[in-house]
Amino acid sequence: MPELTAPDLAATPGQTIGPFFGYALPYPGDRELVPGGSAGSVRLHGYVYDGEGNGVEDALLEIRQADTSGAVPAVSGSLRRGGAPFTGWGRSSTDADGHYWFSTVEPGPAGPGSAPFFAVAVFARGLLNRLFTRAYPPAGPVVLDADALLASLDAAERRAMMAVREADGSLRFDVYLQGPRETPFLSFPGHLR
Amino acid sequence: MSILVSQRVISDEIEKIHAGEALGDPQPRLDFAPYRSAVLRHPARSLRYADPEGAELVAPVFGFTDVDGLESDLTIGGAGEPIGERIMVRGRVLGGDGRPVRRQLVEIWQANAAGRYAHRRDQHPAPLDPNFTGAGRCLTDEQGCYSFTTIKPGPYPWHNHHNAWRPAHIHFSLFGTDFTQRMVTQMYFPGDPLSAFDPIYQSITSERARARLVAAYDHDLSRHDFLLGYRWDIVLTGRHATVMEDDDA
Repeated sequence: MPELTAPDLAATPGQTIGPFFGYALPYPGDRELVPGGSAGSVRLHGYVYDGEGNGVEDALLEIRQADTSGAVPAVSGSLRRGGAPFTGWGRSSTDADGHYWFSTVEPGPAGPGSAPFFAVAVFARGLLNRLFTRAYPPAGPVVLDADALLASLDAAERRAMMAVREADGSLRFDVYLQGPRETPFLSFPGHLR
Repeated sequence: MSILVSQRVISDEIEKIHAGEALGDPQPRLDFAPYRSAVLRHPARSLRYADPEGAELVAPVFGFTDVDGLESDLTIGGAGEPIGERIMVRGRVLGGDGRPVRRQLVEIWQANAAGRYAHRRDQHPAPLDPNFTGAGRCLTDEQGCYSFTTIKPGPYPWHNHHNAWRPAHIHFSLFGTDFTQRMVTQMYFPGDPLSAFDPIYQSITSERARARLVAAYDHDLSRHDFLLGYRWDIVLTGRHATVMEDDDA
């Protein structure tokens, strides 16, 4: 086994994804967890905005989610999706307007007392480390009120973590990196140092 | 077109922020104005503490159907040999508990030896290399080891300020066993004189933590008549999910 150069096991710092990931990280089918327009599919989409409300044209979003039954798939095949089972992970870069989209299914709840959500990781040029948030699909107050994270937020923050159902059935979730509508971003116990 | 400030102005700003932090932050400050692109792209409110649930506790899984073994050699994609100093970068991906992250995806991207990215938005006057795109992938092995054969990237100019140059670096994208361990970072080379001037590298205010991004030259990895070896180990943040028994092996 090779010698460790990092014996103290302190976490390696993150750095910005920079402007030039576009020829390396995106790949064909990256944002299609299920084929677009297929039966039972839903479009999750939105914009990433900076502190002045401009679309962020060089951001990358990843989602991690349960399937419709609430089970989180642990199967390979995300990078070559042809015929692969639902992997519950996808990646979408933003376009010139800051728009991203995924074709996926609506997640089921992780367990009793938790509302279904898409886990979201956000990367961008200018963003020095990744950010985590959640996009909750609309649900009834009984479901949402029972969710530990949503229950800890004020009304505006809670709204900012809810995806909105559009007329065509799509889910719209915008990410505000900064500003009056700033998205709540999450820190998990394992991130503490 | 805005007028670019001098390196002196940027370096003074960096120094002032570093001086204000007694211990230093081991992760980059998101609010770090010397990196001008961060000004409008950092959250102003503090992060909300949350207990991870469901999908956050399970990283995506990748397998040999996802990644071809040849993708870890960035020098073989073209019709000929890329220009530059051939290197191997090798190391381990560990969870915060020291356990190897096995069979997990590592993605890298980088400039060529002249400091030019194969990206339409990189327009600085250095040559593209027809035999080098600078993107690679691999899966870690049973010890959490990754390995890439590539070309040492060159430093390159950018427009953060006047006469701004990024130190040579390789971008790394990493997954752990929890999705909460997801991270993207940059690996630097030992002894790079540009690191001191670079607001992205200096956004980590702890000197010890900055040093964790610098690979070590490893003569035992170098190969006679062929390449120079660098070793760089990566430690992810702590995991939350219950450790499965087969991980104890």
